[in-house]
Amino acid sequence: MGEASAPPTGNLWYRIDHALRPWRRANPMARWLVIIGLLITGLFAFLALFPNLVAPYGESQYQYVVGGTEDPEDLDVRCGTEAECEQVPRRIEPSKGFPFGTTAARFDVFSRVVHGARVAFSIVLLSTALAMGIGVPLGLFSGYRGGKLDRVLVTLMDAVYVIPPLLLAIIVAFVLQAYFDPGLASAAVAVGVVYVPQYYRVIRNHTLSVKEEPFVEAARSMGAKPRTIITRYVFFNVVQSVPVIFTLNAADAVLTLAGLGFLGYGVPFPRAEWGLDVSQALSDVVSGFWWTAFFPGLATMLLVAGLTLVGEGLNDIVNPLLRVRGFRGRVARRALPAASGAAASEPGPAPSEGTDTSTPGGIR
Amino acid sequence: MRRDRTNAPGVLDDVEVAPGEPLIEVEDLHTHFEVGGGLFSSSHASVRAVDGVSFDIRRGEIFGLVGESGSGKTTLGRTLLGLAPATSGAIRYRGLDLATLTEPEFRPLRRRLSMVFQDPNASLNPAMTIVQSVGHPLRIHGLTHNRAETRERVIDMLERCGLAPAERFLDTYPEDLSGGQKQRVVIARSLITEPDFVVADEPVAALDMSVRAKVLELMMDLKDDLGLTYLYITHDLASGKFVCDRMAIMYLGQMVEWGDASRIYDDPQHPYTRALLEAVPLPDPARRGRDKHLPHGEIPDALEPPRGCRFHPRCPVAFEPCGWEGRDLVDAIEDRWTKVDEDTFERELSLVGDLADAKVTRAEARFPAAEADALRRWLEEIGPALPAKVFRGVESVEQDGHEVVVRFGYGPEPAPQDIAGHTVACHLHGVVPREGGIHAGPVRGSGSETGSGSARERGV
Amino acid sequence: MTAAALPHHAAEDGTEIPPILEVRELSVAYGTYRGSLQAVDHVSFDLWPGESLGVVGESGCGKSSMGRGLLQLLPPGAAVGGSVNLDGEELIGVDRRRLRKARGEDIALVFQEPMTRLDPLMRVSDHFVEAIRAHRPRTSKQQARHLAREALAQMGIPPTRVDSYPHEFSGGMRQRIMLALGIVLSPKVIIADEPTTALDVIVEAQILDLLDRMRSDEQVGLLLITHNLGLVAETCDRVAVMYAGRIVEIGPVPEVFAHPEHPYTQGLLRSVISVDTTELSSIDGSPPDLVTPPPACRFAPRCPARFDACDEVDPVLASVGPSHEAACLLHPGSDALASTPVVRPSAGGAA
Repeated sequence: MGEASAPPTGNLWYRIDHALRPWRRANPMARWLVIIGLLITGLFAFLALFPNLVAPYGESQYQYVVGGTEDPEDLDVRCGTEAECEQVPRRIEPSKGFPFGTTAARFDVFSRVVHGARVAFSIVLLSTALAMGIGVPLGLFSGYRGGKLDRVLVTLMDAVYVIPPLLLAIIVAFVLQAYFDPGLASAAVAVGVVYVPQYYRVIRNHTLSVKEEPFVEAARSMGAKPRTIITRYVFFNVVQSVPVIFTLNAADAVLTLAGLGFLGYGVPFPRAEWGLDVSQALSDVVSGFWWTAFFPGLATMLLVAGLTLVGEGLNDIVNPLLRVRGFRGRVARRALPAASGAAASEPGPAPSEGTDTSTPGGIR
Repeated sequence: MRRDRTNAPGVLDDVEVAPGEPLIEVEDLHTHFEVGGGLFSSSHASVRAVDGVSFDIRRGEIFGLVGESGSGKTTLGRTLLGLAPATSGAIRYRGLDLATLTEPEFRPLRRRLSMVFQDPNASLNPAMTIVQSVGHPLRIHGLTHNRAETRERVIDMLERCGLAPAERFLDTYPEDLSGGQKQRVVIARSLITEPDFVVADEPVAALDMSVRAKVLELMMDLKDDLGLTYLYITHDLASGKFVCDRMAIMYLGQMVEWGDASRIYDDPQHPYTRALLEAVPLPDPARRGRDKHLPHGEIPDALEPPRGCRFHPRCPVAFEPCGWEGRDLVDAIEDRWTKVDEDTFERELSLVGDLADAKVTRAEARFPAAEADALRRWLEEIGPALPAKVFRGVESVEQDGHEVVVRFGYGPEPAPQDIAGHTVACHLHGVVPREGGIHAGPVRGSGSETGSGSARERGV
Repeated sequence: MTAAALPHHAAEDGTEIPPILEVRELSVAYGTYRGSLQAVDHVSFDLWPGESLGVVGESGCGKSSMGRGLLQLLPPGAAVGGSVNLDGEELIGVDRRRLRKARGEDIALVFQEPMTRLDPLMRVSDHFVEAIRAHRPRTSKQQARHLAREALAQMGIPPTRVDSYPHEFSGGMRQRIMLALGIVLSPKVIIADEPTTALDVIVEAQILDLLDRMRSDEQVGLLLITHNLGLVAETCDRVAVMYAGRIVEIGPVPEVFAHPEHPYTQGLLRSVISVDTTELSSIDGSPPDLVTPPPACRFAPRCPARFDACDEVDPVLASVGPSHEAACLLHPGSDALASTPVVRPSAGGAA
């Protein structure tokens, strides 16, 4: 038989176990980063999925039924028919009825923030899916093929990359406005185009290095076609960097979207979008109505922070160079009476008793 | 496409090769890589990784390719399998010239010609399980039609390669196996398509010494069982002796000595082969402190190999016709300066000037000097005393205005000769110029004018 | 012990020379996600001036960790224990500055891949000037360059090339530069960790000749860490065989190679493929996982001579010949619980 005892084989469990290995080997710090980031992101994801469970009002609702109701879905329908309605008061400070206060346009800031999560998530997901869908295959192909096509693509992508993201997004949004009605989709495209070069560059460079691995040449020597090599040998070894770029880009996309909204090129009013809300609240700030801009801004910042934490943590986990940190070795004492006896009979320095936990100053 | 692709396997089956007959015939094979030609250099230099090699590999034998890194042995192996493009020459395999095939034309042949790589840790895809890795060649060549069939073949092959019971390994990932186990998996993968020729590129060099023997043994057993032919590439003369039937010693892209392995070990004729054998450390304390006649320096750059015999700058027994040229003199002077005291060095340096200013060609070395006369006298005085025997190749030392010119005699590249039952390319056995070789010294016969010898392209 | 067996231990007038390096119970442990991995487990040995000690074993047996542990050049999170006494001075537990001084000036390190140790943006001469002035700040640049030139010439690098950059040299030349850097401060001990693994046989032999010359000319203690038993046989006076973080056999090279007493040493020697090999042999199995090592003798799971006691008693090094020790229960002294404590030969009592 072979050189070592064979490892245990399961089937599905073994594969899951294999997939989770980097996580278990990662240092505790990186794991905490990911966990905290996931908690924050998860909170926003929940808001995005079920805004109506949390928000007392709709995203563009300026009236409410007097006496209140448990079901905000029905409010718009009932108001103005037989129910007795009252307008949301203007610019109320955060209070019991309106925890984040209200705006000049008679919106509840809390509800706007909650609904804004949905817009932010849909656009971030759509745009990164778009960027990934274009950037990853293009990077793989260009990196593996090399040659002229690769050079042209690299130059093209670099040209796109040097344009500041927000400016590029504005230009794309501007062009799109000429052909389509502004909405979620066009905002997503505008944001997504910005990130194509990032996926392309990372995947291409990673492909270039994986291409030189002996197992790729081995695949060639087995008679595999380039397409087989790319999909079965290269792809699975470069795909690990995608989650890292994904989360980091998502964080950036939230900011770009907010920037677009702030400048008026994003999702059109009255959809709840944080950047838009901040820009609407600009005049409030100078008059001392701080809450209209503060809460959407805070939400943006929190979501960006959450996604960044996940991204940084994943980066630590995927990048094995940083894995070593966080685990400490401990020198075990040898439980052998004779061994220390022998050492004690030695002339010269004292045996190691008591020095076993010493960590010298140079190493930390 | 010039050839009908589906035709190739048909051709193969028609040509039956009996054991002992040549399975692969290589004729004047060259593999050159273009380098440079980048942003700042207009010239395209080429690395002559394999530079005119002819030999054959007989069916059922293990042919060894031995050399240092940079000798071109791995490139030669890759060229045979079409993994590096041949620049010129022919590789005949069952009536087919592999050197002329395009990649798509080569692909169906790859089930018959396979390769075992050096580092088992890197030659298995970390994202594939063992059964996927080993079974993939079967799927690529359409040899099995469903998963169960593939699995069965993989189990059979793994057990043949000493991984039993194979079921315990099938669904594991390479990182869970030891180095020796991984190399067994790599061997199983290369043999599962029933090839008849296997290139094994240093198959045990990356393994711990405690398992090397096991893996070598396995490879030799499989060879007998499956009727394989191996090209065994190694830098390790010791394992080469144990494994090979015939072998070739490579140096800077060429073979310097080849033939029956036992004859080469018993009676090495080329000084390079002797040096290699001398340098191999043996686990025998009695050899400690023995007088080793080691060649100096290291294998030079293949971009511009030495003229004449390529080994001459390092050769402990080099003599007049070995191809001495200008840069050898420069190197010898530099070498002298590591052994003299600092004052002597400063004095001589002021005499010779910056060695980088010397103009060296295949026939002469020109030293610009303020005191040409003194420099000439110094060269004549220390020249014969230089430890490197470069002055043996010198024809004259002359003054030419403000320059001192050292002219070198004719130093041809040695042609292969049959000595002691095998083939050796060395002038010690009679000076026979190799046709089309890069000769040193004044132009004679077919040698070309330019230093880098583009005449080599014409082949023999 | 007899001076004849170990010539480095006694001066010409018969007085005993103290070892230059005394290592006692050296341990190195790394942190991993599965727990602490004890790569070096209570290793003790001595090294005399002018002596060369080879350390051999399979990969993963702790020989490199031991070499680095001597100077505490370890990754973050690693712990060192025990005692390393260099010429009467304890190195474990001293402050960072003393340790930096020791590295390079007292103990030189030569590693496998020289290119990663040379700064590609610095001329070779600048490496020397920096190294010399870091340890001897009052040396003038001129003096430092002079020293560099001498050390390089000793290693066969011409003085015309001292101002070249590292990438202008070949692999063997870079290793020569590293050796020159190592000796320029005249250290007392050189630790060479697989110094020739990346090099070809001929260059390997050249480098080992240089190392050996340095050892005998300057009376430097040489610790040669390698997996190649051939190198040990041709370069070393004594050899220590390591397995699973411990020294399992140590003794004079001719003695150990002629009469290996530990089954692991026997297996290693048999598995060497040399030009004289007529039969292949190997050791079954692979080294144990050092996070959870075998309870008693660590070689027992792979040992062809294993018997019942091997799973219960952890063997200690015991004398098996003149200054030759092995840790195997086949030898009576190795069962520490059954016999009186083993007296080490370095204490002057064995054999």
